[in-house]
Amino acid sequence: MDPEVVETAPDSAAADPVEAVVEAVAEPLFAYAPIMPEIVLAVGAMALLMLGVFRSERSAEPIMWLSILLLAIAALLILAQGNETRLLFEGTVIVDPFARLLKLLSLLGSAVAIFMSFDYLREARIMKFELPILIVLATLGMLMMISANDLIALYLGLELQSLSLYVIAAFRRDAIRSSEAGLKYFVLGALSSGMLLYGCSLIYGFTGSTEFIRIAQALESGGANLGLIFGIVFFIAGLAFKVSAVPFHMWTPDVYEGAPTPVTAFFAAAPKVAAMAMFVRAMLTAFPAITAEWQQIIVFISIASMLLGAFAAIAQTNIKRLMAYSSIGHMGFALVGLAAGTAEGAQGVIVYLAIYLVMNLGVFACILAMRRSDGMVEDINELAGLSSNNPLMAFLLAMLMFSLAGIPPLAGFFAKFYVFLAAIQAGLYPLAVIGVLASVVGAYYYLRIIKIMYFDSPAERFDPMPMALKSVLGVSGIIVIFFVAYPAPLVDAAEVAAKSLF
Amino acid sequence: MSLDWPIISAVTFLPLLGALFIFGIRGNDEIAVRNARYVALWTTVITFLVSLFLWFEFDASSAQFQFVEKHDWLSGTISYHVGVDGISMLFVILTTFLMPLCILASWEAITERVKEYMIAFLVLETLMIGVFCALDLVVFYLFFEGGLIPMFLIIGVWGGARRVYASFKFFLYTLLGSVLMLLAIMAMYWDAGTTDIPTLLAHTFPATMQSWLWFAFLASFAVKMPMWPVHTWLPDAHVEAPTAGSVILAGILLKMGGYGFLRFSIPMFPLATDQFAPLIFALSVIAIIYTSLVALAQEDVKKLIAYSSVAHMGFVTMGLFTLTAQGVQGGIFQMLSHGIVSAALFLCVGVVYDRMHTREIAAYGGLVERMPIYAFCFMVFTLANVGLPGTSGFVGEFLTLVGAFRVNTWVAFLATTGVVLSAAYALWLYRRMIFGKLEKPSLQAIADMNPREIAIMAPLVILTILFGFYPMPVLDVTAQSVEALISNYQSALAAAEQAGVALAR
Repeated sequence: MDPEVVETAPDSAAADPVEAVVEAVAEPLFAYAPIMPEIVLAVGAMALLMLGVFRSERSAEPIMWLSILLLAIAALLILAQGNETRLLFEGTVIVDPFARLLKLLSLLGSAVAIFMSFDYLREARIMKFELPILIVLATLGMLMMISANDLIALYLGLELQSLSLYVIAAFRRDAIRSSEAGLKYFVLGALSSGMLLYGCSLIYGFTGSTEFIRIAQALESGGANLGLIFGIVFFIAGLAFKVSAVPFHMWTPDVYEGAPTPVTAFFAAAPKVAAMAMFVRAMLTAFPAITAEWQQIIVFISIASMLLGAFAAIAQTNIKRLMAYSSIGHMGFALVGLAAGTAEGAQGVIVYLAIYLVMNLGVFACILAMRRSDGMVEDINELAGLSSNNPLMAFLLAMLMFSLAGIPPLAGFFAKFYVFLAAIQAGLYPLAVIGVLASVVGAYYYLRIIKIMYFDSPAERFDPMPMALKSVLGVSGIIVIFFVAYPAPLVDAAEVAAKSLF
Repeated sequence: MSLDWPIISAVTFLPLLGALFIFGIRGNDEIAVRNARYVALWTTVITFLVSLFLWFEFDASSAQFQFVEKHDWLSGTISYHVGVDGISMLFVILTTFLMPLCILASWEAITERVKEYMIAFLVLETLMIGVFCALDLVVFYLFFEGGLIPMFLIIGVWGGARRVYASFKFFLYTLLGSVLMLLAIMAMYWDAGTTDIPTLLAHTFPATMQSWLWFAFLASFAVKMPMWPVHTWLPDAHVEAPTAGSVILAGILLKMGGYGFLRFSIPMFPLATDQFAPLIFALSVIAIIYTSLVALAQEDVKKLIAYSSVAHMGFVTMGLFTLTAQGVQGGIFQMLSHGIVSAALFLCVGVVYDRMHTREIAAYGGLVERMPIYAFCFMVFTLANVGLPGTSGFVGEFLTLVGAFRVNTWVAFLATTGVVLSAAYALWLYRRMIFGKLEKPSLQAIADMNPREIAIMAPLVILTILFGFYPMPVLDVTAQSVEALISNYQSALAAAEQAGVALAR
């Protein structure tokens, strides 16, 4: 990191040495202000790591809280920034309203994931300080991905995030499924990174730059050729892996099922948001000139994801696997917005991601609460009769399920509404029709969970829900139910953010 | 004509307020359950009384939307816009009128999870009223689809033996139809730049687009109506739903389809309507004859009435698409009348079901000996279902047939055979259940209707006979709006024809 902005001290200021020093310090600080959240996370993570190492096991819980605090500070720093667009490091990093909004979502997802994991980690005796720190590092990677305006910056962020995630997936070292999940994720992730890099190198070779803006300019004048298209295909394949879109989804169910549940909750939320944000920015700012070329690829993976997510989830009995297929389907729906390739489409994706994040955190709060005296249960039939054992939890989970299915007036409907609105505007009628039909198929398995909770006779009770999970579920449920009353803030913020991409 | 307070929102959201109250009731003991019942009853009664203001203050001489409210909601172009005109106002009243009866009908029949049951019904009422009041397509869709959630739970939690199958079928069938309408709504949004219904009513969609949109709306409304051949969810849902659920399904949810045709398909896509009206006639006639025949073969009382509902809805679609004043007015009247009569029939079934816990026709017989009051009520509604002059059923069927006769005599002729068939199945049902000798030992001790049940039936009997002899209160309210609908339709067709002629030159 050696930016040019530093060399600014003008001659006139040299008269007063104090002022000169202030300026010499303040200027670069000011120049770096847009990436202050990232700096805070990086420095903070290292500090926490040292704290953990020197104070060993006892410090795990305080470090969890401190990590949440760190993420909150980063979020506050983002909120304190204005609304303008800033380029750093010669345009390789960009901080615009789009980046800010999605960074906030990622930070929220990470912080809530840590917040929800206390009881589980204590119970499973894996309360170790490395977990929150790795989550913070992964979050740092996400912020870099979201802000990446250059293929290399993108790759740096992506790898920082992925490497942290590999470790987290295998965090429960003594459990064979967790190790398997980590290993599988690592091998397949490395493969996808390779494809992504290969794609990047082809794109660089045929356009002469790694910067999104330069690539766009080159394509504007030169148009696409076969080599570049090849590059884009590999590039998209790598990105599709990260958002777990079909046909690069195979890792998702196994990793979701094998990883410790709080980690699954984390995987399903923040990294998906960040990867999708990166996907959207890369496609819309680097390749707007050849939208028609990449659109068909996105349309294909979108349709495939929606259909696979809908049909494959029907047969699942493990709720974590079911949520894995559900997330594949949801990424398919979000990609509908990207396929439109317009500002409206980007707005749809943002609205979708925000609502998806909230719903998912709520659902995982419920999954984490599926605990009896003999440990966690993951079979969906264990939810039987929840409506008589714990009416409030059943009600909120039912609302979340209806919302995931996209039934109005719940929030999930608006998520789908905006992406399909964009698809219709772009004239992608077959995509829209297949998409809504897939959502009807998908409704079946969400309804099945509601059926188990409400129509079946009660199973054994769960242990009382810990306070943290209660609060997450409560807030998520309230947002999902009452979003309809006041949707304007999110929709408007998403609109501003989407416009900043164009 | 307008009041200085937002009456539409009040009527729409009052039930929701009641639901919140019930939500706040603690405990599950006897007292809590009784409180929940009373809160639900009072909420629905008050909602009904408030909604009567709509009727009194309604200006029947205007075809405009009245009591309009408009607030910003979604990014400028999509707003919370509500109001009623002559077509929708009476459906609102019908909804608020039937709800207290539903609550009363569930008074003793529902003993498990009473609080949740009442909440589901009150939420459902809000959503149903919203459907008829919405003046924005997205708001309409929200209410239209939202109704699936409480209805799914009502069938699934408090339903009969095959309730899971019935609730899934109901939900997925309806959802499948509706999502296509959602896409059509989006296409309309991009073409017209708004989803505001009054604006869209004045907007002319391109001819080819109209056909697509028309079919997308048809997919939704045909399922909801239900029209043959997508009616198969209805018998299942009716049979498995608790009594009050069947009442709401038959009385109001089915009317949303007809209302949708009137509000959207016909006025917004006149060219497509003109082009595809024969298709609707064909489907209607098949529905009338086929489902009447199917009804003859039923062993289950509720299933029989469910099939008869499908047949009666056939008259409605036939009437609406004649686009004559008689046909459309008749269709609306038939919907309202069917809302009262079929609701009453399901309530009648509920009365004996609560006592015997079976819906097999064969399990009954000779009820008149033990239940004279019941036999009288059931007779009134059976005859109204047949369409006997002097009952409300006659007016609607007659008007729709008159309308159809003007457009196509064959359609009218075939539909009339349906009237004969309906007499056959309805009277035969009556004979098997009420007349004959009281032989079954289980029926020896059956008690006649208690005061609560009489209180439920009395208003329905009165209305059935009143509207049979004096239908003017209803027809007067709808007349202006229907006239405006038809004249707009005719002028749209004329304009298109002129444009066609101009092109041909």
